[in-house]
Amino acid sequence: MSLAISSRATPYYLTGPALLVFLGLVIIPLGMTVLLSFYDWGQYKGIVPEFTLKNWIEVFTDSYFFEIFLRTFRIAILVTLATMLIGVPQAYILNRMSPGWRSAILLVVIGPLLVSVVARTLGWALLLGSTGLVNQGLIALGLIAEPLAFMFTETGIVIVLIHVLIPFMILAVWASLQRLDPQIENAALSLGAGQTTIWLRVILPQIVPGILSGAIIVFSLAASAFASPAIIGGRRLKVAATLAYDEFLNTLNWPLGAAVASLLLLALVAITVGSNRLIERRYSQVFE
Amino acid sequence: MRKNGPLALCFNLLFVIFMLAPLLIVCVVAFTPEGYLSLPTRGPSLRWFKAIFDYPEFVRAFRDSLWLAALSSTFAITLAVPAALAIARYRFRGREALTTLFMSPLMVPHVVLGIAFLRFFSQIGLSGTFLGLLLSHIIVVLPFALRLVLAASYGIDQRIEHAAISLGAGNATVFRRVTLPLILPGVVSGWLLAAINSFDEVTMTVFIASPATVTLPVRMFLYIQDNIDPLIAAVSACLIAMTAGLLIALDRIYGLDRLFVGSGKG
Repeated sequence: MSLAISSRATPYYLTGPALLVFLGLVIIPLGMTVLLSFYDWGQYKGIVPEFTLKNWIEVFTDSYFFEIFLRTFRIAILVTLATMLIGVPQAYILNRMSPGWRSAILLVVIGPLLVSVVARTLGWALLLGSTGLVNQGLIALGLIAEPLAFMFTETGIVIVLIHVLIPFMILAVWASLQRLDPQIENAALSLGAGQTTIWLRVILPQIVPGILSGAIIVFSLAASAFASPAIIGGRRLKVAATLAYDEFLNTLNWPLGAAVASLLLLALVAITVGSNRLIERRYSQVFE
Repeated sequence: MRKNGPLALCFNLLFVIFMLAPLLIVCVVAFTPEGYLSLPTRGPSLRWFKAIFDYPEFVRAFRDSLWLAALSSTFAITLAVPAALAIARYRFRGREALTTLFMSPLMVPHVVLGIAFLRFFSQIGLSGTFLGLLLSHIIVVLPFALRLVLAASYGIDQRIEHAAISLGAGNATVFRRVTLPLILPGVVSGWLLAAINSFDEVTMTVFIASPATVTLPVRMFLYIQDNIDPLIAAVSACLIAMTAGLLIALDRIYGLDRLFVGSGKG
């Protein structure tokens, strides 16, 4: 542990146990899942370990699967944009607060993260129902005549996911706001810049990397969200994660479910790694 | 730095309402005296909180969840401490790759991990067992433990350890009496964050839980899929109250910004 008897092998002894656990419990199971997606399956014969491309062909050609993946990514993009629009100003407001208020608001941002997502989604199911408080309030305000449908719609799923994921955006943006030198803002002010100019030309360019890394986290969590879409969307309105769940635990077509899961994993890894590369190249000077 | 204007404070207020509304409505509905979902307009009642004890499956799932959280975070922190010390202090081949591997459960969607564990455990005969749940939870909470121990390990002044060695302390003594006390805040908060994440995990666990071993969030999820009634609101209200208590205690003892924004000055 200390440097007294440290040899070249020491770091390998220290990381060895964790490495073994991860090889056995992450690499092997994930490998087996990808392998499973190439197996055959039949209603009566079950899983047959014979190599076939049939699951992948089905996932890529059947319009049913295309529609579900399209819906999944449409929801993820909307949630990401909305968390940016709400999260960036909120993080900025948070950063300007007095320390006492700031820790109170931080409790509000972080607290929901620690409550099970099932309980949070239940709260939204109570609020968004046709006789829920949201519809009652909108009718009382005279904004709508008939209750709006939120349950079992994409709108409902998007609202709940914004609530579930916005803390990640706020924390990412706030972390980059803390690194700003307040003197730069004062310099711009003393040179005669207005609030809007300071925002757009001084602050925003410096926190773009924070916003983008928050966006990557929110996007990948939204695209793979399970419990909220399952409760709000019901059994009909499926996304990729609930589709895989159905194939595994209801239809019992494991190879097809494995293909859906593998595709989701590949798509998300490609998108996150790709956009991380892009951000690092574009903003390399900010990361110095 | 300038203060927030009235518009900003309005925005802030709306945001707070948005964040708290779903949690508050659950707590309010849980106190209803009626047999159906409604606001307690006839005054609050504890009827549905008492009803929880008529459903032993919720109580049992709660107890199993606590055990699972305590055990998985303890194993995870035991693996994470040596790994974090190695990553923080040594430059060795494969260091980056190892860090990425240990952090990968944050990147891989939990639904994919759930499927992978379901397939793996059913092949090796662990499906539906508590051991299977434990192994899978160690994996998903390890990144949280590692991240906080890592942040604490980077901050150590190694000259303190050199001083101990020069005074004749052995490896074990240096670790026990110098290194561990120095990284202890990271170890404790890493353990806690790991335990909370294990307790709340639902997406992966829903694939590998069985009727015999099921965690509280999964039990709640399966219940909600069938019907939503004041009973489930009462269970959720208990969870929310528990989390709120824990959160306030944590904030007093440790500071939330330090726990969640990393080792920054906060």
